[in-house]
Amino acid sequence: MNWVLVPQAVVTGILNGGVIGLIALGVVMIYKSSEIFNFSQGHLLTLGVFLTWWFAGAKETGDELFNLPLVFAVLAAFIIAALIGFIIERVALRPMAGQPLLSIILMTLGLAQLLEGVINLTFGVQPRSNFPAPFPATESFKIPFSLAFNETIFLRKTLVATFIVAMLGTALLILFFRFTRTGLAMRATAEDHELARSIGISVPRVFGLSWAIAGIVAAAGGVLLAMQIGASPTLSTVVLVAFPAILLGGLESLPGAIIGGIAVGLAQGLVGASSLVVIRNSAAIAPYVLLLIIMFIRPEGLFGQKRIERI
Amino acid sequence: MDNAVYLSVENVNLAFGGTQALIDVSFNVSEGELLAIIGPNGAGKTSMLNCINSFYRPDKGRIIFKGHDLTRLSSHRVAPLGIARTFQNIALYTGMSVLENLMAARHVHMNHGMIAGALYFGRAQKEEVENRIVVEEIIDFLEIEHIRKAIVGALPYGLRKRVELGRALALEPKLLLLDEPMAGMNLEEKEDMARFILDIHELQGTTILLIEHDMGLVMDIAERVIVLDFGLKIAEGTPDEIKNNPTVIQAYLGEEFGASPPDVVSQ
Amino acid sequence: MAVLRPAGDFDRSYQQDMSFLRKPWHWVALFFSIGVVATSPYWGTPTIITTANRIGYWIIAVQGLNILTGYTGQISLGQAAFMLVGGYVSALSVTHLGVSTFLALPIAALGAGLVGLIFGLPSLRVKGFYLAMATLAAQFIIPWMTRYTFTDYLGGSDGIIPAPAPHIGDYVFNEPARYLHITLGALIITTFLAANISRSRLGRAFVAIRDNDLAAELLGVNLFGYKLRAFFIAAMYAGIAGALRAHSDQSIGTELGYDLIESILLLGMLVIGGLGTNLGPFLGASFVILLEEFSGFVGRNVAMMMPAEMTPRLLTSFRPIFFGLMLMIFLIFEPRGLAHRWQLFKAAWRLRPFSH
Repeated sequence: MNWVLVPQAVVTGILNGGVIGLIALGVVMIYKSSEIFNFSQGHLLTLGVFLTWWFAGAKETGDELFNLPLVFAVLAAFIIAALIGFIIERVALRPMAGQPLLSIILMTLGLAQLLEGVINLTFGVQPRSNFPAPFPATESFKIPFSLAFNETIFLRKTLVATFIVAMLGTALLILFFRFTRTGLAMRATAEDHELARSIGISVPRVFGLSWAIAGIVAAAGGVLLAMQIGASPTLSTVVLVAFPAILLGGLESLPGAIIGGIAVGLAQGLVGASSLVVIRNSAAIAPYVLLLIIMFIRPEGLFGQKRIERI
Repeated sequence: MDNAVYLSVENVNLAFGGTQALIDVSFNVSEGELLAIIGPNGAGKTSMLNCINSFYRPDKGRIIFKGHDLTRLSSHRVAPLGIARTFQNIALYTGMSVLENLMAARHVHMNHGMIAGALYFGRAQKEEVENRIVVEEIIDFLEIEHIRKAIVGALPYGLRKRVELGRALALEPKLLLLDEPMAGMNLEEKEDMARFILDIHELQGTTILLIEHDMGLVMDIAERVIVLDFGLKIAEGTPDEIKNNPTVIQAYLGEEFGASPPDVVSQ
Repeated sequence: MAVLRPAGDFDRSYQQDMSFLRKPWHWVALFFSIGVVATSPYWGTPTIITTANRIGYWIIAVQGLNILTGYTGQISLGQAAFMLVGGYVSALSVTHLGVSTFLALPIAALGAGLVGLIFGLPSLRVKGFYLAMATLAAQFIIPWMTRYTFTDYLGGSDGIIPAPAPHIGDYVFNEPARYLHITLGALIITTFLAANISRSRLGRAFVAIRDNDLAAELLGVNLFGYKLRAFFIAAMYAGIAGALRAHSDQSIGTELGYDLIESILLLGMLVIGGLGTNLGPFLGASFVILLEEFSGFVGRNVAMMMPAEMTPRLLTSFRPIFFGLMLMIFLIFEPRGLAHRWQLFKAAWRLRPFSH
């Protein structure tokens, strides 16, 4: 372990983890309401990124149509992402009600493939580095800290901004579930479909709504990610690290997803501070190793609940 | 009963979180006996069977079967001792045919391993045929020849219950645990099932531990009855003794019906 | 459906009832189909021969997955990674230990099987979706290891090492027209073994775990032991498939595929073919590989008609679109796959002209 790198790694890891957590949140939301684990979340996210990039004026290719300011571009992308989420639920997942786990997993995997093809076809395969960001990539806060490398911790402004936005988004979602009528209806549905139906909640509407919100959450997470590393079709694979985050959090807990995300970010940051080359290179798999370890210690995740099996 | 104690349940306690499912339950089952456990919903009857199956681990107490402490065994080691089981909400292998369900229960009676099975030569093939003969006898006994190759998931409820009994029998059990074998059946199906249970008991001498809600039936076929209520054993005795036991009547019907006979209770 | 038989067709012994090839004409049909494939180098075009060879080893990988996912019900998102293990073990045994490729195949199977066992260990604690995630971990960890560990042997970050073509004396199997016979031979053996597993004690224990794991346990099936066996067998099949593929390509490495997409492809083949059937892997692998060929064909032809800057996106988008759509269509309209369709077709044929 390279100890002087650790403080920087911890801080960057946590900040990165916030965005991973937000991405994980989108998956947890769908899972909570309909018990569907959405493997196509990464592609929904990529789609959101490219839509934003496109609305904001796709400068590189010259085929811009709108040239909107970033905020409006993001809002437009949100609307379309929500619509796509809604349509996906209606067309692909609703016919799968009551099907076994494998079929549902494969459905979202097939959906991921389809979306990947559509993204490649409409937006091309090359990465776009000119994704609009609020701050230039080089601007950072410098915080003096005696134990760190060069006695300073560098915080890239974009990273800090994305972390804050991710946390605000999470807070907003949690407030939505706690205090709005729709949010309560969604929580009731998550508890028990039959019971929710019996008190007049339209369960299909809740499913559609949770997919629409998940689409927005995915797009938001994607935009935050793209501000740091640019828009690229490979974003969908970058977010595969969000899956261990979800399981670490326990699959059904919203705060768990955020904490899982931060744990994953931290793990990735810390392996980067290692003095061994092999371990430094393991950022992509560190979350999965962590996941395997957690599975043996606490199979139900950090925040999940143990179920009593009945027969 | 003069026979030796076959299964002995000693001071079994089981709790889920804060709720006590079983409190200090003790009883004995003698060899060749047909014992029924009755009690209102949630009295801990199924939990008791789950403990015997070592599917739940009691917090306290022992369950001894032929010298083995079942509470210390892993669940899959209980069946080879000769304990078979049917389930309250039928737990068949829905994707298999009736025949395959029964053959699957022969698992503990077969020896051939992975490689022999993959080559399907010599011993493996011989074993398959031998066990098939045993299974066909059970199919014959339960009168389900016509659905031998039907997929279980598509069968009507009554038949599935019967197939499940068949699967338990295919294990050639010494002790048969039946969890509400007649629940949800019509009268005719119930009578069929009762006939099968009595036949198994009388012809093969299998020891049977039965959970059932239908009081009339239990009183007809059981030799001895145990009553559970809220995890406590409140009575034990012959059907006649149980029928007139005031504690039992109270548990079933509440305070004010304390005097009426329990025969009116069904389900 | 399976019980439907023409009138007058009775079995005379349990043995006959339990066999797959019950009639002389079943044997004739079997040998005829093997013959058609085996002689394809003499009548087929290079495309047909190459595709047949490719379909061959994919079928083997799907057969393994079928045992784990189709029969035992344990979802695996890591089958392609075990193919990678098999390919590496086989290539390294030939290049470093100097064993014959034909001996390297079983070594590869064993090696992949042992790695499969390791990643099957989480099945002790978790099941269902959580276990699927553990296999997803395998899909990431294994290729990572081939890139960053033992770089002298495994090829390092390029991740490609040579896998020599097999030979018997001077006869080198270095082109699909020759290699096809090795694939076919391996396929016959793996099919024989898989079919027997499915109808014997082991296969019934697997299906019991899939259909009702708790009941299976209370009826004496050691869940953990049998899940591990399923993981072992599935990884062995993947290992053989990977080794066959490596020696056919004459190279092996992470740059050549073996990624999550291929693991999904394998699951897709299994579902499209028919989960938990012996016929499924054949139908599914053939269907998906042919679909891939077709989408490549469409992509190339559309690319020729469009401006040049569109070419990369056209070449990469039709395969996932077609595969994704087809998988979704099958899941919605025929979740039991082509094998079930085939059963329905046979039943309708037997009942003709009264098909309802």
